[in-house]
Amino acid sequence: MSDIKHHIPENLIAAYASGALGHHFALVVATHVSMCTQCRAALAAHETIGGLVLEDLDAQPVSMGVKSNLMAQLDAPIEVEPAPKRMGAYPGPVMGALGGDVPKWRSLGFGSKQSILHNDATGSVRLLFIPPGQAMPDHGHNGLELTLVLQGSFHDEDGAFGVGDVEVADEDVEHTPIAGNGPPCICLAATDAPLRFSGLVPRILQPLFRI
Amino acid sequence: MIAVRDQRDKTAFAQLFDFYAPRLKAMAVRTGMRSDEAEDIVQEVLLTAWRKAAQFDPERAQVSSWIYQIARNRQVDLVRKERRPVPEELKLPDADDEDANQVLGLEQETSQLKAALSTLSEDQRIVVEKAYLGELSHSEIRDVTGLPLGTIKSRIRLGLERLRHELKELR
Ligand SMILES: [Zn+2]
Repeated sequence: MSDIKHHIPENLIAAYASGALGHHFALVVATHVSMCTQCRAALAAHETIGGLVLEDLDAQPVSMGVKSNLMAQLDAPIEVEPAPKRMGAYPGPVMGALGGDVPKWRSLGFGSKQSILHNDATGSVRLLFIPPGQAMPDHGHNGLELTLVLQGSFHDEDGAFGVGDVEVADEDVEHTPIAGNGPPCICLAATDAPLRFSGLVPRILQPLFRI
Repeated sequence: MIAVRDQRDKTAFAQLFDFYAPRLKAMAVRTGMRSDEAEDIVQEVLLTAWRKAAQFDPERAQVSSWIYQIARNRQVDLVRKERRPVPEELKLPDADDEDANQVLGLEQETSQLKAALSTLSEDQRIVVEKAYLGELSHSEIRDVTGLPLGTIKSRIRLGLERLRHELKELR
């Protein structure tokens, strides 16, 4: 846990705290924070500022009934929804996104697999499974991409990334991540651009999958 | 808040309500909600604070930041249909041996942060407010991080590390 070298950038933690960060990146931030004491402290620091901003807002009068209504509910029985629990390499937030189930992998060829957790017009987040020594399938992406290692490791032009490390890549970064030796590399990867599928192109003609 | 957590003190909770309800309402109204919708949120947020009081840890968070966090979670859940991804919660050791020095230290760091905020120019203050009310995107937030956060981060980290230490001893 203390070996994490690559953290979530400060502005993304602040945006997560404020609720402004999109769902896809928010999942990566929540997952990294589950693994990283340093970023958990950073998040709490931003929430401290948030609390100060809240304290400082001009109070707006609240209708008469709200307080009594609320006080009357305090003794009501509570149905507690249990928080999703970590399972193997998958921290709680990932298990939440998986609906408590194991990932549904789809092959990308050469032993690599992906499991898309969420994909819409505002971006995508998925799990990637890369066998040791294999290159990550080429993923020409638009915009920002966060890749968090959950198991194993990978390395590329930017350095080595182990469990808990997150790589932050802008679209102008050309990188070719290669999974390290040891256990297969499992990553949580999010972008703020939708995935481009190439389902109609015969795979054999496309040695590098544009995904 | 400690009385709410440990004694389930409703009078203390009513005081929390008096302070936070009008501010939570202001926060919700800023996102464009009608007054009655905002009041629904106020109720939900404070009811969650009451129900989750056992998770409040003064070694890691101020009451205001804890309530802020609950409010932002609720707001995001409402905007999206899906649950906001939240970090795993740390299990609190149910010992009553809160480290008073740590709690006091965090309060002091927070006062210093508050002082730093009050020295900002009006323009900067508005940007900070916007950022933490969720009105700025992550790329617009870059400038806001000029606030001195180093010391409070180290302080909170002490609280986290102590927690982890105690958890180890429990095993
Ligand atoms: Zn980190």
